Amino acid sequence: MTKTPHLLKNSLKFPQPELEPVDTTVAVATAATPTPSGTRSDLEPGPRGRKPARRFSRRNLFIYGTLTLVALYYLLPLYVMVVTSLKGMPEIRLGNIFAPPLEITFEPWVKAWSEACTGLNCDGLSRGFWNSVRILVPSVILSIAIASVNGYALANWRFKGAELFFTILIVGAFIPYQVMIYPIVIMLREVGLYGSLTGLVLVHSVFGMPILTLLFRNYFASVPEELFKAARVDGAGFWAIYFKIMLPMSLPIFVVAIILQVTGIWNDFLFGVIYTKPDLYPMTVQLNNIVNSTQGVKEYNVNMAATILTGLVPLSIYFLSGKLFVRGIAAGAVKG
Amino acid sequence: MEPSISIRNLSLDFGSLRVLKDLDLNVGQGEFLVLLGSSGCGKSTLLNCIAGLLEISEGQIFIGGRNVTWEEPSQRGIGMVFQSYALYPQMTVAGNLSFGLKNAGLPKAEIAARVDRAAKILQIEPLLDRKPAALSGGQRQRAAIGRALVRDADVFLFDEPLSNLDAKLRADLRVEIKQLHSKLKNTMIYVTHDQIEAMTLADRIAIMRGGSILQLDTPEEIYLRPNCRYVANFIGSPSMNFFDGRIEGGDHLRFVSGSLNLPLAGYAFADPQGARPGPATLGIRPEHIVSGAEAEAAAISLTAEVDLIEPLGSDTFARVTLDGSNLWIRLDGQARTRPGDRLVIGFAPERAHLFDLDTELRL
Repeated sequence: MTKTPHLLKNSLKFPQPELEPVDTTVAVATAATPTPSGTRSDLEPGPRGRKPARRFSRRNLFIYGTLTLVALYYLLPLYVMVVTSLKGMPEIRLGNIFAPPLEITFEPWVKAWSEACTGLNCDGLSRGFWNSVRILVPSVILSIAIASVNGYALANWRFKGAELFFTILIVGAFIPYQVMIYPIVIMLREVGLYGSLTGLVLVHSVFGMPILTLLFRNYFASVPEELFKAARVDGAGFWAIYFKIMLPMSLPIFVVAIILQVTGIWNDFLFGVIYTKPDLYPMTVQLNNIVNSTQGVKEYNVNMAATILTGLVPLSIYFLSGKLFVRGIAAGAVKG
Repeated sequence: MEPSISIRNLSLDFGSLRVLKDLDLNVGQGEFLVLLGSSGCGKSTLLNCIAGLLEISEGQIFIGGRNVTWEEPSQRGIGMVFQSYALYPQMTVAGNLSFGLKNAGLPKAEIAARVDRAAKILQIEPLLDRKPAALSGGQRQRAAIGRALVRDADVFLFDEPLSNLDAKLRADLRVEIKQLHSKLKNTMIYVTHDQIEAMTLADRIAIMRGGSILQLDTPEEIYLRPNCRYVANFIGSPSMNFFDGRIEGGDHLRFVSGSLNLPLAGYAFADPQGARPGPATLGIRPEHIVSGAEAEAAAISLTAEVDLIEPLGSDTFARVTLDGSNLWIRLDGQARTRPGDRLVIGFAPERAHLFDLDTELRL
């Protein structure tokens, strides 16, 4: 929730219609006119044509060298995790954390998923996974549905008090979570939702509201105003314009919102531990309990496997909605 | 006859700023009215008020004799074309054309018939299945006109529809719009800042400035008898030349400014009150200044030095220096004049325009 991945940068605005397409007849006409070819013999000796680029220039070596180093630096922990999770405990006790496993075993993964003990129950991370899914799906849908309508109303229907409403919402984004934790506990208790998944879904939806509304408002504000006017002349009302005009061309911003919300809510720990009870804990809380509360021997391989399992959802979201994916639909919004 | 559009005492405020000031305007049935003015004069704002896209602060709007002041845009019986085409990017051309009709709940057969008819009129039948992104600028604007056409509206509103097109296409589409108007005979209100579009298309032109209409008249009248200095300056390219000076004399009035001393016997004063001595501005269009032998025979002839020439092929415009100030004159396209040449120029007083120096109104 705190940072916008750089790969989403270009999808925050409605793509402006490109300039006039070049008239093809003109292109044909120029192609047909005889042009002097590049290999004329009456050129002066010396440089001609495209300037050759050096592949191993000092600049290139520096750039790619640095990039490789930084990439390795970030990939190393992942490597250690994967390798450790595939080793048995005796092999881990040898202490060489960088060594590849001599004997590959998937037992730590099975144990992390379905056998590891957290507190009273011993059914591994699977319980937390399903809890997280049950929190994630409704929260993402609810928060994005509300925020997109909010943003649309704020950007296109400038109702009385819209500016004030928006300001309050944005100020809300800057209030530290800690300030609001206890009041929310009381509010949820009063309506009888404290300790339930519904309560947590509501909390996630509310906390996603400022940033998501801002995101959608800015996107809808960058949609040409005349499009909105044309739809009004065509007799479309508030919801018809939202569903038939705005929604079909805002896929990029919805993808951005989904990425933000999925990673944000999946990675949440604080709200999960406060607003739910042990058998409803999300995966992150359970991961923490597995890693921190085991008695006796630290099972590093199980911990590593559990951590990777927990991180798989945000990881796969990034892979699925990478640059190409976002670009693809961003282009689709104009090109159809 | 009942006017097609009638605007009474219309005012619009943005906060404390009065953008449109107490406008009254009647547009006849089948009339082509052009709202002309530089940017920020309120012409597009007025059009948006007529369309119902902006809520007005005071006054009334009647379309087809019906008070539509509080009506939604879609209920006003209008079709509108925008500068940026405003085609829905995710729909095909046919989808764009039929969107409004579907919203109105028309039967499918009726929608198909209307889309076909509009496509035939605008010759966009082969494009109906294409998305807007696959169209050229001219085709997009044609599709946008089609979207207004299918609504079977009595009134068409155009908001600078040709401003996004290149010069050649603009001229072509201008002709098409004119043909469309003579075929459909709808009332059309057309906003533009381009005086050529205004002069060629309009039955009447309303020249706007600062939220008010300065002059509302036929293109010919506006060109021949601008009612104030602003209109005189705005219409015509290059613009009119102005001399600040005085009207002098008793029975035989003369306009005097520097070496210019023009008898006003042939000048038709708009207001008999103006035909008396006092400070005034004289305006003369570049195309009404003659040179050479013609100039020597004119009521007034002066010698000026050519400073700059702009050959256009058909005409050549020359900037000449007279009494230290510049004025533009039109020469024949074949004229062999060069900068530095001395030229005899002159004009007839009935071709000139006199304006009050303070009020800038026509005398």
